[in-house]
Amino acid sequence: MERGVSSRCVEGCALPRRSPPPGPPPPGGLINRRPGAGAGRILALIPFVLVLGAYLVGSAARLAENPNDKLLPSLASLGAALQRMAFSIDPRTGDILMLVDTEASLYRLFAALAISVAIGLILGIAIGLLPYMRAGLGAFVAVVSMVPPLALLPILFITMGLGEASKIALIVIGVAPVLIRDVALRVGDLPPQQMIKAQTLGASTWQIVLRMVLPQTLPRLIDSLRLQIGPAWLFLIAAEAIASESGLGYRIFLVRRYLAMDVILTYVAWITLLAFLMDRGLALLQRRAFPWFAAARATG
Amino acid sequence: MSVISVKDVWKEYDDRVVLEGISLEIAPRAFVALVGPSGCGKTTFLRMLLSEERPDRGTIAIDGAPLPDEPDSGRGVVFQRYSVFPHLTVLGNVVLGLELKAAPLLGRLFGASRRAAETEAREILAAVGLGGAEDKYPAQLSGGMQQRLALAQALVAKPKVLLLDEPFGALDPGIRAEIHLLMQRLWHERPLTVVMVTHDMSEAFTLATRVVAFERRRNEPSDGGRYGATITRDIEVWPKRIAGAPRPLRKSSLPGRDDPAALTGDNRDDPAIEGATP
Repeated sequence: MERGVSSRCVEGCALPRRSPPPGPPPPGGLINRRPGAGAGRILALIPFVLVLGAYLVGSAARLAENPNDKLLPSLASLGAALQRMAFSIDPRTGDILMLVDTEASLYRLFAALAISVAIGLILGIAIGLLPYMRAGLGAFVAVVSMVPPLALLPILFITMGLGEASKIALIVIGVAPVLIRDVALRVGDLPPQQMIKAQTLGASTWQIVLRMVLPQTLPRLIDSLRLQIGPAWLFLIAAEAIASESGLGYRIFLVRRYLAMDVILTYVAWITLLAFLMDRGLALLQRRAFPWFAAARATG
Repeated sequence: MSVISVKDVWKEYDDRVVLEGISLEIAPRAFVALVGPSGCGKTTFLRMLLSEERPDRGTIAIDGAPLPDEPDSGRGVVFQRYSVFPHLTVLGNVVLGLELKAAPLLGRLFGASRRAAETEAREILAAVGLGGAEDKYPAQLSGGMQQRLALAQALVAKPKVLLLDEPFGALDPGIRAEIHLLMQRLWHERPLTVVMVTHDMSEAFTLATRVVAFERRRNEPSDGGRYGATITRDIEVWPKRIAGAPRPLRKSSLPGRDDPAALTGDNRDDPAIEGATP
């Protein structure tokens, strides 16, 4: 018996290692197929190219039928709109319109996001960390965050006037409650052992906030802010569309009256690019400013 | 030097009695291991020593003074996980303990005082074998290294009592043996009373001066949790380990079973023998 086992092993071990047979790999599950780096980049481009192609085909078809068609302007007329809005001075106002609009919109957006982040951090940490604040404010914030912000817009216009304040307030009302709740949840997710440990090192509540909770919450706040950039633009454009004298949303809704699709599409692309850059910028900030975060998140 | 005295402590959650009638006197500089089956309340007991929970009945006192209501810097702790702060470097984690004490408002030190704190932290990091890893983040360390860091972080606050909650339970055996040596050395060198919860008997008898077993005397499902765990065994480890004293005699130099008993020294058989003087 023993001899048999050992001799079998000798035969088995003596076999030379063979490389896998050539030919196509055995069919595997879809979840195990991964594109290479180059293929991945091409795959990422495909949907963009398809949409652009579909637009060009549709635009060419409509323009062939009616050269004055306004619905799907050609690339040339989009380029002309961009040239007119972004690179030449408007004779009536003496300004570069797209620049002025972008400045006005970004001012409102950044002011509102800064206020929202401040509110979100302060109330979120208080609710997430202090049981008394959670008991007192938790349910209130949960209810307030369900109020549809756009439904409050008339109230804002009535009480705060048509100036910048009402537009900024709308964005804050839309974004801040989500940030508060998210920060409170993230703070609640911090392991209770950390809080105990900090106290055994002699930390007071204030020191725990300053040295433990705040630095660990900021990178998570960036995640949640990235997700709120879309809603923030939505509220901004809604507010600008209704009552404004400048801004990207104002311009879009102004030229709508002339069916100026070339300007609208140019502006939409520009807004999308701005939002996308803000998203990437925040992701970069998170990686640079909080180098520990990716690994800590991966290990839980 | 702190005596921990626990008198007739009970703990209940809702209707379930977790611990009943726990009385324990822990001598200064003792190293007590709490063992017992899972769910027998040994971690609950440790949390009470930490003031994370309060006993429903009975008292716990350190040096005669009742336990403070909140965790404080008199009692350090190392948990099995989440003991270190992921957003601080190794050095930052240790310096933190010094900064929190010295700077109540900002929790940060600057300039010369910061450098002094860093020097102190580097010394303690070298003592636990983490010299050279100061600038890494905890997520870049192995499990054993993280627990060494947790020990350094706890010790920098100079607690009188060190509480360990299965600190080495998640480590593999080789690493665990190394960190046991470290733990013994730290206990010998620093004025610490250690209470360690573990489910590993060999660990308990490797490290401790005294092993205390928690167990439910009755554990029938039909009892409905009316019987809590209590101390069923309380074993002094032999040969005696004495904090700060050199390693006890090796097994081979101890008298064998059939040899005459030693009349003097730490491992003398019976202190009451006439003429035996310590």
